[in-house]
Amino acid sequence: MTTPSTAHPSRWQNWQRSLYRFRQSGLSIAGLAIVLVLLVIAVGGSWIVPFPEHISGGINTAARFKPPSSLYWFGTNELGQDVFTLVMAVGGSWIVPFPEHISGGINTAARFKPPSSLYWFGTNELGQDVFTLVMAGARVSLIAGFGVVMIAAILGGLIGALAGYAGGWIDDVLMRLTDLMLTLPSLILAMAIAAALGAGLDNMVFAISMSWWPGFARLVRGEVIAKKEDLFVQAARALGASDSRILLRHVLPNVMSPIIIKMSLDMGFAILAVAALGFIGIGVKPPTPEWGSLLSLARGYLPDYWWTAIFPGLAIFFAVLGFNLLGDGLRDLFDPKARR
Amino acid sequence: MITFIVRRLVLLVPVFIGLTLLVFTISHVLPGDPVKLAAGPQATAEEIASLSREFGMDRPLPQQYWHYATGLLQGDWGQSVLTRRPVAADLKIYLPATLELVFAAIFLAILIGIPAGLLSAITANRWPDYLTRILSLASIAMPRFFLALVLQLVFAMSLAWLPLNGRFPIIDLPPPAITGMLTIDSLLAGDWLAFTTSCEHLLMPALAMSLSPLATITRMMRASTLDVLQQDYVLTERALGLSQSLIILKYVLRNAFSSTLTVIGLYIGWLLSGSVLVETVFDWPGIGLYATKAIVTQDFMPVMGVTLSIGFIFVLVNLVIDLLYGVINPKVRYQ
Repeated sequence: MTTPSTAHPSRWQNWQRSLYRFRQSGLSIAGLAIVLVLLVIAVGGSWIVPFPEHISGGINTAARFKPPSSLYWFGTNELGQDVFTLVMAVGGSWIVPFPEHISGGINTAARFKPPSSLYWFGTNELGQDVFTLVMAGARVSLIAGFGVVMIAAILGGLIGALAGYAGGWIDDVLMRLTDLMLTLPSLILAMAIAAALGAGLDNMVFAISMSWWPGFARLVRGEVIAKKEDLFVQAARALGASDSRILLRHVLPNVMSPIIIKMSLDMGFAILAVAALGFIGIGVKPPTPEWGSLLSLARGYLPDYWWTAIFPGLAIFFAVLGFNLLGDGLRDLFDPKARR
Repeated sequence: MITFIVRRLVLLVPVFIGLTLLVFTISHVLPGDPVKLAAGPQATAEEIASLSREFGMDRPLPQQYWHYATGLLQGDWGQSVLTRRPVAADLKIYLPATLELVFAAIFLAILIGIPAGLLSAITANRWPDYLTRILSLASIAMPRFFLALVLQLVFAMSLAWLPLNGRFPIIDLPPPAITGMLTIDSLLAGDWLAFTTSCEHLLMPALAMSLSPLATITRMMRASTLDVLQQDYVLTERALGLSQSLIILKYVLRNAFSSTLTVIGLYIGWLLSGSVLVETVFDWPGIGLYATKAIVTQDFMPVMGVTLSIGFIFVLVNLVIDLLYGVINPKVRYQ
């Protein structure tokens, strides 16, 4: 018996070496930790789980002990409660002390309480628990940030791939457009588009991505040009593969890692852009708990009720920091050239 | 060199045309009817139509673009539907305020960033280096508007060292407008009191804006200093007995210029556009606040004016920087 080929072990070793390097970098680990905490807070909330009523003790005797299925991903328990919901809830509404404040509930008896053991971050002008709002804001920011990066990567990726692969006048036209977009002030552009489309998280995400795609277009174009004359592409072409098949099945999968690295690096700044628009007052409107708009509302109550501003601000800061550190770590992991 | 400059200037023409076309297209593709908004909720269809005729918005789009583009060349940047003021006159008032803020922010970033980067490189992998690196990582993640609020909270509200907001006290007489930048105008007028007053107002917003470029300059200075210190010619000089400080003066500071230029080129558009946030916090009467007001009322002539002027400045500044690279570094060739 011969031993299996050595190609795999060496790839595995590379991977392990990278992982080792990542673990050695304290900052990358810190970034990963912050992002994981954010994810738990954001994903764990009661209002994304399929059966929120089960969290507060609702039962469904008709569906006891169902095995995992497309409806009950993790099956159900002896009370007919969805196990997936219960698992997700561990991170979410159970750590939020006042879930009713997220959907706009107010408590005028407890306005502007300073931070205490009951209200960790104090309360705001409506008597809402700032800690609860900040925790709930994690979901809004993460979804919005991810949406921006995703749309920008897809749109920019398609434009860049088309330009790079087609070359010629298509390349010229698309890249001149991209360069022009890069000279426009992105924040003002996003503000104008968001205001014209009207309030709402989805409109804001769309508006920001419209000023975000050029970076991805340039990146992907460069990568596609570098790859499109490679041997495996020529082989595919010789076998009669169509252009779209070559581009989508052979070229794009091979340029994914720089795209993913850029997405993770951009994630923090996308969260920042979302918060900035919320702060200006364009985009998400209360009662949706968004960090930027929480901060903007709190401005009116400075300096006496400083806690209403400080904690949402710190949340933005730590979220951006976490994603930046993680993105730096990932880049060092996957991009040997950028390694320090 | 001369032919290079001329060629680059000629190439600006299509860029400027493209910019106007792009901005015009975007603002006309977006939903929203500024005329209807300006006419008010009680306006009849007839009133809206006449207002629309007055602003030339009933004509076909290519004609409107032609009118706008030829107007730009003659200094006519259109008119606000809401205030009926010409955009060019507004920009003349608000742009210098923002430029003053941006220049001050870049100045602060250079003033603090270059020594910080040097310190970081010289003490590489010891605690001053770690401290600088952590601070610069944090500075990049810090939202400008949050920092601005914290500065306000500490230095204006609690300690009362600096004025809370604005550019200049309303009750005082500002220096005669020459450049529109109060610090420069007051110096030109020889008015020392007005100069210190405007500096006091400028300090916090400029600091809040300078954070990201400051962090980038620090990082670049650190990297380029470490790089230079490992070069053979530096090792040779050190072997010949030259002191560290002399080597830094002779070789390292040269790099300070090119990293500074790079950062200015990278950040000029970002600063001009991002000043919206800081201007909002400090009620700084610049193009950011002007644009915000226009955006909220969907008054698109001012928005187009602001967007285009920032685009033009961005392109021009980057051209100047490209030229300056060659001046400070003979290795850069012009083609």
